[in-house]
Amino acid sequence: MNQAKHPSQLYAEFIKGIWKENPVFVAVLGMCPMLAVTNSAINGLAMGAATTFVLVCSSLLVSSLRKFIPKQVRITTYIIIIASFVTIVDYVLKAAFPGTHKDLGAFIQLIVVNCLILGRQEAFASRNTPIKALMDALGMSIGFTFALFCLGATREILGNGSIFDISLFGDNFEPWVIMILPPGGFLMLGMILLFFNWLQQRKQHKLQARAREVMS
Amino acid sequence: MNNNLLWIFISACLVNNFTLYYFLGLCPFFGVSGRLKTAFRLGLATIFVMVITSLCASFLNAFILPHAPYLKLISFIVVIASTVQFVEMVIKKISPALFRALGIFLPLITTNCAILYLALTQVKQDYNVLEGLIFAVGAGVGFTIALVLMAGIREEAEISTVPAVIKGTALNMIIAGLLSLAFMGFAGLFSAA
Repeated sequence: MNQAKHPSQLYAEFIKGIWKENPVFVAVLGMCPMLAVTNSAINGLAMGAATTFVLVCSSLLVSSLRKFIPKQVRITTYIIIIASFVTIVDYVLKAAFPGTHKDLGAFIQLIVVNCLILGRQEAFASRNTPIKALMDALGMSIGFTFALFCLGATREILGNGSIFDISLFGDNFEPWVIMILPPGGFLMLGMILLFFNWLQQRKQHKLQARAREVMS
Repeated sequence: MNNNLLWIFISACLVNNFTLYYFLGLCPFFGVSGRLKTAFRLGLATIFVMVITSLCASFLNAFILPHAPYLKLISFIVVIASTVQFVEMVIKKISPALFRALGIFLPLITTNCAILYLALTQVKQDYNVLEGLIFAVGAGVGFTIALVLMAGIREEAEISTVPAVIKGTALNMIIAGLLSLAFMGFAGLFSAA
């Protein structure tokens, strides 16, 4: 974990959420909404945007109030703060993008119980200054949105033969319907995690090989 | 929507299984499914919280929400959090061993999206108190079935040899995918209804 001590390390707080501590691929948090809404790329992006708003706003508020929140009721306080922002997102989406709101269904409201958001409040925002919490929240949200987009795009391409509703392969393509159905979500995320494990393992092998070379 | 009580139960329990069809409650699903016994007990605790939440949601829906619809999310989450706190105290008193085994996942029932989804759906579908109760029990039983199945498979998977690269979450995901595939078969149960 990076412990940023001065402003020059703000960048590190920001960047870590995108790749090294990616909430989905590395920490496996916030899976429920991510598997449910990622049957198309555009739904993934919309969900990512909504989560970004909630995470950034609540991180800011929690870190500004961190001296005033009593320790015993902190979780409840965080949840209520998060729930208020989710209510805002829910109403705004309903008014501005009724179609997307209908597609995502109850999952917009379920952002309240996204463990990623509560986890960041507890692990980071409640212990750091607002500016650091903001950077952390932005990084984490971009990482989350990126993961949602990857999953949504691959599932849409394989399951529907299209991306953003633009057909890719022509009429002869037989779509893998399973990919846009629920089991496809689990399988695809399994594959992606497998790929990440493989990357990590390869890196480790390389490091070991180099260490051996140095030794000999 | 057929409002038959049996249909509500079967639908929540098997056909639209909360975990394997709607992807709800995945954190405990992957977190606590290491041991069969613990998984089963967490399932029971979740059923209990679901039933209480369902009752409270019916009450809130009847008396409070018509006056202040924007309080829906906040009031539900507060009810859920207090119920979980209550269950936590009871379990701690009755069975300290179970309390330790469940660990962090007991308070985390609060953020189990299955429970909030249950309350929201119940209000959206306009279920009355009885229908809501059946819905809650069905959803809880479905969650427990999924959790126990998963725990059983994982206990077996632990003693079998798998390539190192797939061990851990990736393997669990693929197991869950296959389970979900199997549960899709239940969709045929009520095709006539």
